[in-house]
This record gives sequence, structure tokens and C-alpha cells, in this order.
Amino acid sequence: MQGESIRQTVSVTNPQGFHMRPMAAFVEAANRFPCEVVVMRSGMDPVNGKSILSLMGLVAVQGTELVIEARGPCASEAIRELVPIFERNFEEDE
Amino acid sequence: MEIKRGIPVSPGVALGPAFVVETEGTHIPLRFIDKRHTTREIERLHASLQNAIGDAHANRDAISEKLGKQYGAIFAAHALLIEDPELVREIEQLITQKNYSAEYAVSRAMRRHAKALQALNQPIFSTRASDLFDIEKSILKHLVGQQGDPLQNLQSPVILLAHDLTPSQTANLDPRMVYAFATEAGGKASHTAIMAGVLEIPAVVGLGRILTDVSGGDEVIVDGNRGVVILNPDEETRERYLVLQRQFGTFNKRLDELRELPAETKDGTRVLLLANIEFPQEAPHCFDRGGDGIGLYRTEFLYLNRSRDPNEDEQYEAYMAVLRAIGPDKPVVIRTMDLGADKLFNQADIYLDEKNPCLGMRSVRLCLRNLSLFKTQLRAILRASRHGDVRIMFPMISTLMELRQCKMIVADVKEELEEERIDFNRKIPIGTMIEVPSAALMAEELAKEANFFSIGTNDLIQYTLAADRTNEHVAALYNAGDPAVLRLIDLVIRAASKHDAEVCVCGEMSGDPIYTILLLGLGLRQMSMTPQNLPEIKKIIRSITLEEAKQVAQEAMRFATARDVNNYLREQTRRILPEVVVN
Repeated sequence: MQGESIRQTVSVTNPQGFHMRPMAAFVEAANRFPCEVVVMRSGMDPVNGKSILSLMGLVAVQGTELVIEARGPCASEAIRELVPIFERNFEEDE
Repeated sequence: MEIKRGIPVSPGVALGPAFVVETEGTHIPLRFIDKRHTTREIERLHASLQNAIGDAHANRDAISEKLGKQYGAIFAAHALLIEDPELVREIEQLITQKNYSAEYAVSRAMRRHAKALQALNQPIFSTRASDLFDIEKSILKHLVGQQGDPLQNLQSPVILLAHDLTPSQTANLDPRMVYAFATEAGGKASHTAIMAGVLEIPAVVGLGRILTDVSGGDEVIVDGNRGVVILNPDEETRERYLVLQRQFGTFNKRLDELRELPAETKDGTRVLLLANIEFPQEAPHCFDRGGDGIGLYRTEFLYLNRSRDPNEDEQYEAYMAVLRAIGPDKPVVIRTMDLGADKLFNQADIYLDEKNPCLGMRSVRLCLRNLSLFKTQLRAILRASRHGDVRIMFPMISTLMELRQCKMIVADVKEELEEERIDFNRKIPIGTMIEVPSAALMAEELAKEANFFSIGTNDLIQYTLAADRTNEHVAALYNAGDPAVLRLIDLVIRAASKHDAEVCVCGEMSGDPIYTILLLGLGLRQMSMTPQNLPEIKKIIRSITLEEAKQVAQEAMRFATARDVNNYLREQTRRILPEVVVN
């Protein structure tokens, strides 16, 4: 299996920050793809995007910029699914 | 080694393995497994994770339906946390590399993450630590299998650590299995603290964050004399505490020798030392400790944890049980029901929505609105009064009118009993608690119409300083040595003696050795306290003359801050009795 690696920068606009419910939505979405998902915040080690505990550790409060990187099979599909979660500003009722 | 400071509420020193209540459904000791069994242990782990995920999903569905999808989503997130790949990997490593049992590995890993979250100092993220505790509990439940109340199923003695314990949890602790306990929340005069004193379990409360730093099985020291809790002590500290533990035992034994001696100053002033009790079973403790009677029999237990209010006969039996233990000649002061509406069964919902229950419909106020409940209790007390020196005391009286109403109802009940030709003590003494500042200020007027006063310092301090004793953020304001409190007490004692009413102090203050000399010097001749404190207070009384006590009181009343008062009293108490444990 061989795949691409795609990154995209997103920013947290919700006043609650990147909190538990959108994190859960993010992990659930990431889990649907075979690729690796890594989330990075500058000054911190990259974390596993399929681990809600690790995402919590990013402490992404409002205004934080994050880089989402998908590596491997279906990477571009994964990014297309994950980035909009941030773009929708974590609106709950999709 | 980590040292935590809290509020000492029950003296004594103990050392033992930690048992964390809030998060651990069952006792999780540090346990190692045989290397050959790691695979089996990991299978056990995964089975319990699967079950815990199932629970989280069931919760999600139930809560979504009940409260809405956004609340259910919290449990969906819990499920994701339970199967979090990083977390699972970490737990597996603890099992394979350190050979921890699955239970201990789960507890260890969850604690580490919870602590990391709390350390972030970001309100939104830090509070997520409690979600992790919730998850830990749910996984452990499946690993260990739940068997009733863990506190009732202790297999070996432990040191109990909890965020908070309810009074009923504390009341049910077995002192043979719980060497000591320590809690994150709570204050000096909370009911939990009071119960610890009753059970003679060393305890420290109000420690702030501690649960994240400890796993079940870690060695812990609780120093109930100094309010210190030490996690994983080093060898030197450990040795020191083993010595302290023995010494404390010896001092207590010497106090026991005082049992038969009267509570009398060096120059012969006799003080009545009475016991506060919560349950009839505690009555014998009073004499074991050389007490002169029961100064406060709390009757709330009759009303708690039941599906209906207690009937007259049940109450009569509970009062008789104490009278039989105490005998016919010693005083037994029965305080009428002192509960909030939320604790009672069959109460009209109109009282339940109170914004501020401490200032609301509780205690005697509730009784005056619910006469049948009140009269049932008064009938039972009056019936028992024939068999001993029973006295009735009303709690939470804040105006003279309330006292008059209460007395009128007693008169009504007496009349009913007369008509039914049921015997009782027609001269039963009637007294009131002084625990609301308004009552303290009106003590002169109240003293003309009451036979006795009992100063309930716990509430009096709370209401005078407007500080909740169980709220650790303001608990420091709550201080028996505060000059405002002392002036009220002084006022009440003077008013009582002017009008020949007896006066007693029954709050925790009377059992705290640093205040004994002061109270004596202010003119108090009755003190009621947790039975456990009786010998020590008696020892102080027997070590001083009345003249000395008066001088100390006079001096103490000159200070303007609680700190100065307490420092001075501590110093004086040590001077009189160097071996006493003063906080």
C-alpha cells in the first residue's frame, strides 16, 4: 500500500476551543480512513489524529492554528472530510 | 514522597496502603502478574474495554433520548476515549513491560493523563480530568466485577482517599478496616469531619487536588494532628511516623486513666462534660470516656435514608435506648429534628427549590410548618422523659417568637398526653440552641423564657462570618477564634447567668483543646463534645485554676483578629499541658 501525504492548516474559531464533541467527530471521521492522521501544533510534538486523548493534549483554544496531515491510502479523502469540521466552526447539528 | 496540607479534623496518625474511593469501584492494590500471564492479562483488559465501550454507547443512547443529542455526544466521546489507540497502547505496555495487573495499569495510565489535563490550567480542558475518572471507573468495574459497596467489602485495612465522603458513607466506615481517611473537599466542621471524630478515625480534609497523584496501593500517611498527608513517604519519614503513631497511643492511654476523676479545676470548680451523639449506639462511648451525660442527642438519623417519616414508637425506642445506656440520673438533651426540606420524605416540593437552603426552610422552621411531624417527635420525647433526665432542645431558633411557638406546641402535646393519661415529666426543661447571630444578640430575652441554652458554634460561626464551612475556598474565614464569634459567646454566657439559665457549648469548638481555657474563663460550666475529646478536655480543666482561666479569657478577648486569638490560646494551652495535641 502506498499513498500520498497531504497537509492543510486550519484554525480554531469556536470560543470553546477544539473541545470534546468536535474532537469526537474528528476522531470518528479519521477512523473511517485507512491512512494515518497526524495533527500538529507549533511548538508541540505531532499527535495521532485518531486519539482523542492526544488531541486533548494539544489544548487548542480559540485562535489556535493546527496542521492536519494525512499519510497513506485515502489521504485526500480524509482531508476532505476532516477540514470541514473546522470550517463549520464545530456546528453541532449537521 | 509528596506532602499535602489540609485541615485536621480527627486526631491520630496512621500509615497504610491507599484506597481511592471516588474513582475506584473496588480496591485496586499495586499487583504484579507472572510474566507468563501477560497475554491473558491483555485479553482481560480488552474484554473489559469492550464492555465499557458498550456501557458508554448505552449511556449515549439513553441520555440522547432523555436530554438531547448534544449530551449523549459526551458519552460517544467517552467510548472513543476508552478505545483510544494511544491509551490502549500505554496500558498494554504497563502490563507487558512492568507486569502490572490490568487493574493497576488502567488506574496508573488514567491518573497520568488526568493529572496532565489538570496541570494545563485551562478551565475547559482541565475539567475533562473528571471524564477520565468516569471512564476509569467504568473500565475497572468490568475488570474487577462489581460487588456492592466497595467500602463495605474491604478485605484488608486501608487509608481511604476520596474527593469527598458523604456523612452516611463516613458513618458506615469500619474503623478496623479504615485506618484513616483524607479528602480533597470538606472543612473542619462538616458532618463528615464530625463523624470521623465519632468513629475515632484520624482524618484530614480540604486537601485540594490529591487523587490524581495517588494510585490504589501506594503507601500513605495521614497525620490527623497536623493536617498533613504524605504520599509514598521516604524511609526516614516512615520511621518517624511509626514512632509518632506509638506515642499518640500512649498519650491516649494516659487520658483513659482520667475516666473516673471529675472534670474539676485545680481550685475545685466543677465543669459538666457532656457528649454529643448521633446514634443511640454511641451512648456508651460517653461513659467509656468519663462523660457526665449527653449534651446533644442529634435525632436526624431517624429521618434519613428512609421511605417514610419515623413514627412515634420508633422514635420513643431510639430515645429509650440512650436512656437505658445512660441511666435515669444523667442529663440527656434531645435536639428536635434539624434537617433541610431536601432531606425529608413526604415534603411539599415548594421548599425544594430554595436558592439558599442554609438560609431557608429548615430545622425548627420546617417543624413549625409541619406540625404533625413536629408533634410526633415531641410526643416521643415527652413519653421518654418519664424514664430519665430528658431535656428538649430546639435548633435554629432565630427569634423569640419562634421559641414561644415551639413552647406552645410542647404545651399542646403535653395536654394531649394528659388527656390520654400517658405519663411524662411535667417539668421537662426546654432549651434552645444559640446558633443564629440574632438569637445570640437577643440572648437576654430568650434566657427569660428558656431553661437552658446550648451554643451551636458550628452554625454560629458560619452565620456570623457568612462562610460555608465546607467550601475550601472560604473555609479559612470560618474560625472559632474570630473575635466576632467570641463576643457573641461572651454575650450569651452573661445573659444566661444573669437570668439563671444554664448554658453549654455543643459545637466542635468545645472539643478543641485550644478553646477550653477561654470558655472556662468566660464562665462556661458545661461543655458538650464528641466523646473522643472528653478525656483531653478534662485533662486541661484539671490542670488549671479558675483564676488563671479568667485571666487567659480576659487577655484573649482583647485581640482583634482570629489569628492573634488562636496563637495566644495555643501558647497558653501548651503552657498548661505541653503534651496536648494542638492544631
